[in-house]
Amino acid sequence: MLASILASGLAAGAIYALVGVTYNTMFSTSRVMSFTSGQLAMLGGVFGSMFVLKLGLPIIVGLLLTLLGCALIGVVTELVAVRPVLKNLDQHLYVLSTLALALLIQQVVAIEWGTEPQPFPRLLGWGSGVWDEKFWLPVATCALVILGLEYLYRRTLVGRAFLAIAEDNFAARALGLPERNLRIASYALAGIIGGIAGFSGGELLLAFFANGALLNFYGFVPVALGGLGNNRGAIIGGIALGLFQQAANFLVGGIFSSVAVFTLFIVVLLAAPQGLFGSSTARRV
Amino acid sequence: MTALTTSPARGATGAWRAVLPQLAPFIGIFAVAMLLPFVSNDYWALIGTRAAIYWVLVSGLNLVVGFAGHLAIGYVALLTLGAYTTSVLVAGNVLPPLPVFAALPVAGCVGAVFGVIVGLPALRLRTFYFAMSTLGFATIVTQIALAWQSVTGGGVGIAGPEFAAPFNTAWGFYYLCIAFAAVATWMSANIAHSRYGRALIALRDAEVAAEATGISKPKMLISIFLLAGGLAAIAGGLFASLQTYITPDAFTFDLSVLFFIAILIGGRGSILGPLLGTIILTILPEIAAPLAAWSTFLYAVLLLVIVLAIPGGIAALLDFRNRRPLASHRAIVPRPAALADIVRKSAGGRTLTLRGIALNFGNVRAIDGLDLDVLPGRIHGLIGPNGSGKTTTLNVISGYYASKGGTMRLGEDALPPGMPAVRAARGIARTFQTPRVIGEASVLQNVMIGGTIEGQASFVEALLSLPRHHRDERMLATKARGLLGVVGLETLADVRADRLQHSELRFIEIARALMLDPDFLLLDEPAAGLSGDEIERLAALIRAISRRGTGVLLVEHHADLIFDICDEITVLNLGRILAAGTAAEIRTHKEVVSAYLGG
Repeated sequence: MLASILASGLAAGAIYALVGVTYNTMFSTSRVMSFTSGQLAMLGGVFGSMFVLKLGLPIIVGLLLTLLGCALIGVVTELVAVRPVLKNLDQHLYVLSTLALALLIQQVVAIEWGTEPQPFPRLLGWGSGVWDEKFWLPVATCALVILGLEYLYRRTLVGRAFLAIAEDNFAARALGLPERNLRIASYALAGIIGGIAGFSGGELLLAFFANGALLNFYGFVPVALGGLGNNRGAIIGGIALGLFQQAANFLVGGIFSSVAVFTLFIVVLLAAPQGLFGSSTARRV
Repeated sequence: MTALTTSPARGATGAWRAVLPQLAPFIGIFAVAMLLPFVSNDYWALIGTRAAIYWVLVSGLNLVVGFAGHLAIGYVALLTLGAYTTSVLVAGNVLPPLPVFAALPVAGCVGAVFGVIVGLPALRLRTFYFAMSTLGFATIVTQIALAWQSVTGGGVGIAGPEFAAPFNTAWGFYYLCIAFAAVATWMSANIAHSRYGRALIALRDAEVAAEATGISKPKMLISIFLLAGGLAAIAGGLFASLQTYITPDAFTFDLSVLFFIAILIGGRGSILGPLLGTIILTILPEIAAPLAAWSTFLYAVLLLVIVLAIPGGIAALLDFRNRRPLASHRAIVPRPAALADIVRKSAGGRTLTLRGIALNFGNVRAIDGLDLDVLPGRIHGLIGPNGSGKTTTLNVISGYYASKGGTMRLGEDALPPGMPAVRAARGIARTFQTPRVIGEASVLQNVMIGGTIEGQASFVEALLSLPRHHRDERMLATKARGLLGVVGLETLADVRADRLQHSELRFIEIARALMLDPDFLLLDEPAAGLSGDEIERLAALIRAISRRGTGVLLVEHHADLIFDICDEITVLNLGRILAAGTAAEIRTHKEVVSAYLGG
């Protein structure tokens, strides 16, 4: 049983961590938490199943089209739900605009794709039991994404520009960085990360419209616990959440595992509203 | 003689004439609801009943979302809870069966308790976090309803409660639900137009200022979460009866979306708007039958359009009164002489004493061993270059920062560090460097907020519109109008505050602070942005206030104003006292002149 808990816990945790990174990638350039993060991961699964199983495209083509589609949705998020409300960020209208967009995406998928979970293609066909690819694939993908992001942020000019904007938006603009284009790029990147999360976790979660709302919550928990914009916190938090949830799942049953996760979420946030790895709040007066 | 006897009568009809335009739409909707059975069929009875039940929930949720500004998007959870509680109690599969009219209040109490539990995170978390936590709760409640088969029947479901005659027919039940809806409207309107409703809006739009007027956020939020949770659960009981049979599938997230969007379409801080929103959203999928599958999609489109195009919602569209242009070139002419009639003379005698106050921001010493005495009836000026710790000193006194060292005393009593919400009760009021005024509320309401803690009526008394509540309202409104006269803004009393100019906002803040009859008044750069004439009038006003026995601590950069009115002056530089003394002493103080005044 321990092996099962570890395998499924790490797999689910890796997916939650990737959704958390999706939240953070959008947050870093715009200070906006978007309800479309979980929907992007859901779309990763639905697009993958549609391109590979329904349309019969080769897996690699299906993957590229999926990522393209998710990147597009990311850009649409920026254009429709984020840019118009950035002027007065303090009114928090983005909560509503991104919620509306997320509902639109979810409803279109529910109606056009169906409300039943549909199978996701087997990608590599490696492994069985607890070593089945549906368990290790998300973990491996998560590791690759982290390496890729590290390379992007540390070694490339674009990545450093992202960091500059995340650090101090005004100073970055004063330096002449194309803030708007970088924001669009970061939303496309977030879309790709979300798509990767959904695609790599497709065999575990299936192509199911309701995954969006689920991943919205389970992907946000590690972000909240780790502190907004903190990728390291999101990854550690995501993996820990996956293990905790699956352990509770195996030991006390599915229903109580979600109650346990919810209780953990509330208790930690009430105790440390900035998250366990976050910095303290800004001055109020 | 005749004039004397007729004036009260005219006052009463005048009051009616003022309220009637606001009441008329509600009376109209109620009349239509009462006539509906005579012009339509059972199909419309179902839709009408559903709208009424939804409104029972939304009227409470409106206080949470529209007034307090907390984005509770998972309220279907409390509907579910109320539906199952009522059904289970009536069916009697846990306890002996209860009659439905006993089960409903029990469900209301359970809902109230859970309303607070779901709401508790709002005390520390805002916006996205709180939205997420309510969303998570909604998911869990459905899962528990599915899993707890022995009680809820699991996926198979459970029969809803049945009402006895005359409420067992479609129209009988309809009238019952309309009655619940009418009572819910009345109660939520009572709260909205009480000091509690104003305090909620203050917490939403100007939390810092709300704390300075002594409004306790936890107390306020818990009260409305109790109310909203109770109403939602009662709506759930009625909903279960309407459905006749409930399964977890009946409580989809789409319902939550409907409730939430009805409020946003209606507009924040309004009751009529969300009521219309609820009715429209209930009917919309019915008249466009082929669109029923797309109803949530439609709601989402509506939400997006509302947020991007008309953030004020229906209420803003219907707010004709605030579209009339205001007079340009308005002059603020305060009448300090009227103070005597309104503000009670400060008991006086107590001195506000600071000794050795120290505060660091990181490695920066913001204040370094500050001693300060503010005497009753005197004006104490606090001046110094930018960053010398003036505003920080005010923030330490009003409790936004807890000093790391030193003591504060008010007369003989120690003033605890931190805890901004207890300052108002100790007689300390303040204004802010950037005016913190509630833009969406009227000028009069803004000033009335200053007197929130002066009210006597409890939340329940306000909810049921009992006499003490009316006495509070009359007292607060009279005093606020009087103070608006004192600061010279009485002609703008009913205008939305965000339409005023900057200098007028500064005077609103002073009027709001005076609502407390403060022993000490802290003014943070009250003259910034004022014209020369206005500064002179401000000076006269501050003098008049101090003559009532109030000790004034004035942070200001206008040297003329300071030297004109201050009895004592303390000069700060880099968090330390550079000089202290009378105006004449400071004006000739060598270091002050070279460091700050120039010349």
